[in-house]
Order: sequence, then C-alpha cells, then structure tokens
Amino acid sequence: MSIQANGVTKRFGAFVALDDVDLDVHAGALTALLGPSGGGKSTLLRVIGGLETPDAGEVSIAGRDMTRVPAHERNVGFVFQHYAAFQHLSVFRNVAFGLEIRRRPKAEVRRRVNELLELVHLEELADRKPAQLSGGQRQRMALARALAAEPSVLLLDEPFGALDTKVRRELRGWLRALHDEVHVTTVFVTHDQEEALEVADEIVVVNNGKVEQVGSPSDLYDKPANDFVMEFMGPVTRLGGRLVRPHDVQVTAAHVDGAVPGRVARLQRIGFEVRADVTTADGDLWVQLTRGQADTLELTPGSDVWLRAVV
Amino acid sequence: MADTLAPARPSAIRPARSAGRIALRTVGLAYVGVLVLVPLGIITWRALSPGMPAFWAAISSEQAVTAFRLTAEVAFASVLLGTTFGVALGILLTRYHFVGRRLLGVLADLPMAVSPIVAGLALVLVYGRNGWFGGPLEAAGISIIYAVPGMILATTFVSLPLVLREVVPVLQEIGTDQEQAARVLGAGGWHTFWRITVPTIRPALTYGVVLALARCVGEFGAVAVVSGNVSGTGQTQTTTLVIAERVQQMEPGAYQLAFVLIVTTVAALLVAANIRRKDELS
Amino acid sequence: MTTTLVETPVGATAAAAAPTGARAQRTGAPLGRASGLTLGVVLLALSLLVLIPLAAVAAEAGSTGWSGFWAAVTAPAAVDALVLTVTSSFVVTAINAVMGTLLAWVLVRDDFPGKRWVELVIDVPFALPTIVAGLVILSVYGRNSPVGIDLFGTRWGVMVALLFVTLPFVARTVQPTLMAFDRDTERAAATLGARPATVFRRIVLPPLVPAIAAGAALAFARAMGEYGSVLLISGGLDKTQVSSMYAFSLYESYDFPGAAATATVLLVVSLVVLVGFEIVSHRAGRRG
Repeated sequence: MSIQANGVTKRFGAFVALDDVDLDVHAGALTALLGPSGGGKSTLLRVIGGLETPDAGEVSIAGRDMTRVPAHERNVGFVFQHYAAFQHLSVFRNVAFGLEIRRRPKAEVRRRVNELLELVHLEELADRKPAQLSGGQRQRMALARALAAEPSVLLLDEPFGALDTKVRRELRGWLRALHDEVHVTTVFVTHDQEEALEVADEIVVVNNGKVEQVGSPSDLYDKPANDFVMEFMGPVTRLGGRLVRPHDVQVTAAHVDGAVPGRVARLQRIGFEVRADVTTADGDLWVQLTRGQADTLELTPGSDVWLRAVV
Repeated sequence: MADTLAPARPSAIRPARSAGRIALRTVGLAYVGVLVLVPLGIITWRALSPGMPAFWAAISSEQAVTAFRLTAEVAFASVLLGTTFGVALGILLTRYHFVGRRLLGVLADLPMAVSPIVAGLALVLVYGRNGWFGGPLEAAGISIIYAVPGMILATTFVSLPLVLREVVPVLQEIGTDQEQAARVLGAGGWHTFWRITVPTIRPALTYGVVLALARCVGEFGAVAVVSGNVSGTGQTQTTTLVIAERVQQMEPGAYQLAFVLIVTTVAALLVAANIRRKDELS
Repeated sequence: MTTTLVETPVGATAAAAAPTGARAQRTGAPLGRASGLTLGVVLLALSLLVLIPLAAVAAEAGSTGWSGFWAAVTAPAAVDALVLTVTSSFVVTAINAVMGTLLAWVLVRDDFPGKRWVELVIDVPFALPTIVAGLVILSVYGRNSPVGIDLFGTRWGVMVALLFVTLPFVARTVQPTLMAFDRDTERAAATLGARPATVFRRIVLPPLVPAIAAGAALAFARAMGEYGSVLLISGGLDKTQVSSMYAFSLYESYDFPGAAATATVLLVVSLVVLVGFEIVSHRAGRRG
C-alpha cells in the first residue's frame, strides 16, 4: 500500500517539528527516513501512524485519507524504539494482542502467532515474559506483534537504536530479508546513514522539519542535493572551499592540472587505510588513501604533495 | 598530609564508622521503640488482659457489630469513589495536556492539608440542613449530613488523594509507549485502559487502595462532625466513634475495639509491604 | 506534595531542545471526547466534594463581616489554641525531620536482623486510626501510666501524640532518595580527605533537603489538623486545646461562623507553610 503525505506541518509550542512536508512512498517499498535527532523524522512517522495529529496537511494510505482516522483504526504496524513490550503479557500474548482485539477465532490466532514466532525465531520463548528476553529478542517480538494483524504498512521508529552494534547489524540484514519475504510497505526511521544505505530501497533525508532530498542510496551518496546531505551521508573534507569526500581527493607528487599544493602534517595508518592530514594555503583537510597509494607516494610527515578533487 | 594518603587509612576508619553506625541504629530503634512499639505492646496488653470473655463481649455487642458493619460499608464506598477518582485523574494528569492541569493536581492534593474537622465542617456547611445544597436536597427527601451519605462524603474527602498519589508516579514512569503500541494494534481507548494501563499500574493501584482502606476504616474527626454523633442519635457510629465514646464515657471495651483496628491496620500494612516487595522483585 | 504535581507542560524553549518522540509524550495528547467527559466528571466530583465545601467554610467565616471574623479569630481561646497548634506542630516537625532522616539512613544503609519489621512499625502511626493512636498514647502516658509518666491534660501529652502520628512522613520521603543516592560520590569525598561527618554534611545531606522538606511539609500539615490522636490525652482542657478541637467545640455549640473562622485560619496557615516548604524544596533541588 502506498503512503502519501501532503503539506504536513506539526508544531510543539513554538517549535516546528514538521514544516510543510510532502512524502510519497510507493507500495511495497522499503524506505528510510534519515536525519539527525530532533529533525522531525520520528514525528513524520508518528503522523503517518496516527500517534500524532498534524496541524496542517493530509496523510493518506493506499489512497484513503487517514488524516483524522485514529491510530487504532488505521491498521498500521508500528515498532517502537524501546520495544513498547506489554510487560504483563507473555511473548505469545503480546503477538496475539492485535488479533485478539480484532476478535479473530482462537484457532486462527494460535496458528497465526505460531507462524510469526517461527518467522522471528522466537517459537521456543513463547511463554516467556518480555523482561526475560534480550533486547534483540524483544525487538523481534515487537516486529512479530506489528505484523500479526497483517497491517497495510509497517512503520519502525529507530527500531535498532537501543541495541548494541553486533545485534544491530544482524537485525538490519534480517529486516531486509524479512521485507523481501513479506513485501509489506515499510518505512523506518534512523539517524544512522550506514543503516539507511544498507537496508533501504529509497532514502528520505529529513532535517529541520523539512525533506532535504529523496533518492536511492547511491543517488544520495554520489549526487547529494546540498552540503547538508553530503555531510550527513558520509565523511567530508574541504578542498579549495568546496566539500569533497576524503577518498575523492587525488594526491600526486608532481603538479597536475587544477591541483593545489600542500604539506602532509600527520599520517595515521588504520588497517589498510591511511589518513593524511594535509595543510594547504587554503586551510587544513584530510585525505583517505590506500596503504598502497601512500607507500607509492612515499608519504611521510613533511612531504610536499599536490591535491585535486577527482569528482 | 602524607598520612591521609597512606593505604592504612580505610581500615583505620572502619571501626569509627561502624561505631557511628551502631550509635545511629541504637538511637533510631530506641526512638521507634519508645514512641511506637512499647505503646502498641501496652495497648495490646490492656486489650487482652481482662481475658477472652471480656474481649469477646466488647467486640460482639450489638453496638460494636453495627459499628463494624457501618465502618465496612462507608470504607468500601469511599475507597471505590477515591479509586475511581484517583485513576481517572491520574490518567488525565499524566496523559493529557489541558489548561490548568498543574492547578488541578494541586487542588486534588488539597485534602492532605485540611484538618478532618475542617473537612467535616465544610461538608456540613454545604450539605447540612441549612447548607447551600442541603435545603433543596432535604426538600427532595435526601438527607446527607447526620446520615450515612455524609459519612461516606467525609471519608472520601480525607482519603481522596491517596490512590492518586500512588498511581501518578507509576503512570509517569511507565510512559505511553505500551499504550501507543496497543492503539496502533487496533485497541480503542477502553480496551487500552483495561488490557494495558490497569495491569501495568496494578501493584501501585493495589498499594494505594490498601492505604486508602486503612485510612477510611480509621477516619474519626471528619466522620465525628458529620455523623450526628453530636446530636446523640445512634446508628451512625463507626468503630472509631464507638471507641471515643467508650473512652469518654468511661465504658469498658474501648481497648478491645482499638485492638481489632490495630490488627486490621497491621494486616493492611503487611499486605501493602508484600505488594511493594513483589513489585521491587519483578 | 510534590509527587502528584505533574511536570509542568514543557515550555517553548525546553520543547525546542528536546528530542522529538520524547517531547510528544511529555506534553500529552489534547483532550478528546471521552477524556474531556472524564475531566468534566472529575472536576464536578472535586468541586462538589472539596472545592465548594471549602469555599463554604470561607463564606461562613465571612458571614459575620470582617469585624465578626476578627473577633472570632482573636478571641483568647482561639489565639491560645492556634499558638499551641502552630508551635507544637513546628517542634514536632523539627524533631521528626531529624529523627526521620536518621531512621531513613538506618533503614537504607544499615543492616540488622528484623529490619523489615522496623519498616512495618514505622508505617503503623500513618495507617493507624487517629483515635486508636490517641488511645495508644493515653494507655502509656495517661493517668494510670504503666511507665510512671503521666502526661494527661498537659501540652507534653499533645506533643507526644503529634510526634507519634507524624513519625513516618520524613523517614518515608527520604528513604527512596537515599536509596537512589550514588555511594561512589561519598567514597570519592572520603578519598579526597573528608571525615564521615563532613561527608554527610557536605555530600549526603544537600541532595536530601528537598525530600526532607517535602516530608516535613506533610508532617506539619498533618500535625496542624490533627484531632483524634490528641483528643484523649488532652483531657479536654482549655490549655491543651488545639485549633481543630477548638473548632469542633464551637461547631458543637452551633457557632458555625466561629468554627468556620477558626477553620479558615487553620487552612491558611497550613497552606502558607506547605507553600513555604515547597519553595525550600524547590530551591534546594535547583541548587543541588
């Protein structure tokens, strides 16, 4: 099911969380809302889910206007950053909740819940209480719960934000695989550009309550619409007053067209990568080289080099 | 200065600390002992030393039984009202945003600062025969003051904030995540309240109810004002009023009734302590 | 008083600084149909039960005009009762602020067999019916005192009764704060050369001040309005009459304006002191 937002504005007191935002998510897509915290991305997700009412603008899901429809009538799946597990209910009852509310027959509930618990690999833990689960297990339970009643769209608010790096990486791949299997239109919020690049088909960069850019992961990385997106999507440095990626700076020993002179101030070897801090007349920058490049150039602190952006 | 950094210091200081600790413990326990424990022991002795027949006679007289029944009725009604009020207002204060929210929180706490005598007097001035609403109500055949409804109002007044004060911190602490999750899973307000909110706050709620119950069973001043004990008619005496009457009229049986209430109170506290401990464990 | 006072609606500046999701939860939803109706019912109940009756007290107190009110509250018996009530409430609150803090410390930091029972015993005065508390005090310090201390009909007796009923307040409010206290800061102070007494005074005590003030406020309010527990030990004498007893005696003799005037003064003094404690607690909280 597709999701549209038109001119959505939301204020909290004097603070403008969303400022005339448009969004178009087509059916079956896996979309990331990416941006710094406080930028409005979570608010946008909550507006879509019905947890927040916009001050202006409309939201529609599958072509139906949902702006004034309360959350419990929208049939969306929502996964919260801190799991929002029902502490007093077992894993099974947590997942069954949406189905019980919809008064589905008992046998169907049991079948569906077991199916989902299998999907998220929690079938062994069905009788546990959420407090007895690890963070990753809780989040998988929350996902199963959100999917149980076959929502029209799945919304995830920083779903892996509270997990440690290793579990986080695991769950990312797993979310991607799950989406390929279930095909439900999915929107997830993240402040981690690596996560967005790795998981999403499409990324919407949100900052200061506005959409900065929409595009595929490679579009955003290679053709950022502005300096903000450029800086947010990956490391940058400044060469000749212009933002460039540190690996897009060509370092030569001799002068080439358009190059500026500089002197290496410091070299750092991090695994196979070499970082060179270079001083130019225009200011300092840092350059990312491979170990082979650095060795060929025989770089040492104090070496004079020529620098040129290659993009 | 050098010796303060010497490694011997921690062990050198430990005896002094534990001596201080034992001194504090002794002072604290002695205070509680003299003020509470010894008096409770003495009153127990006074209640039981006349023997079981006297004890039984004191608590099974018609006056006592009537008082017990009335106490239970009044306490039950008041706790029900206070609990409904406390939970409803607790949710409004923690889950909604409206003008005057903070003021409402302060006003709901007001009964804590009001003397029971003032509470009783206030109710008489409004619901008494010559009160603001009392006249019309009397004309409609409803009497409140010097009757059971007035006693329920007075008891509710003094115990009103107890449940509220227990549930508000818990409602704040648990936040709205679980409730929002229930909403997006399709639960309306009613379902969310009964299936998610109530089970989550149950320990605090039960604790508040137990405290309120103890307070309601034991209310004296406010009930004394509105009950008509003043006008000397019977049938509106709760247990505490009977105790006061027996002491002041030098009749026997006050200590025995008091002992029953002490046992009730301690039982309520044990239940409450148990709830609190279970809650801390989970 | 502080526990039920919900956080102020977040102001504009705070809102701008807070992260998105959390802010939305803190401010709360606007009222809907069901919640609006609930608010209406709650307001109606609060008005009928508490607000209108208290307003009636003020109205009754003013029904005889300013001169009548003034005459009622400056009558020698009224003044004596108020002075006794306020002074004994202050003394009792001060004693129990110290003893309550000490008890909280013993309960949190010390460990000994039977500690759980001490916790229970401390709660008894709070939950015990006031008239029973009065009888408990009477049975020990009354005419036939088994310990040989007869405080019947004395102001000391009134004080002991008030000490009894206000015992748990400070101990109970300080306890959780002390429990949450990070002991490493004390150890840090000790490693910096502070003696135990200094550690307590400079490190432990300041963060406890808001809790002590909050507990003291509750204890004071309770003492000011106490009736049942002091009734029996006071012996019904003029010199041991606290304000609530005085108001009750006026009520019994059908002097409603006089009773209401006394009640109003009692109410105002309680509120002023509560607000005072609240300010102390707030200031200390901000400084710490």
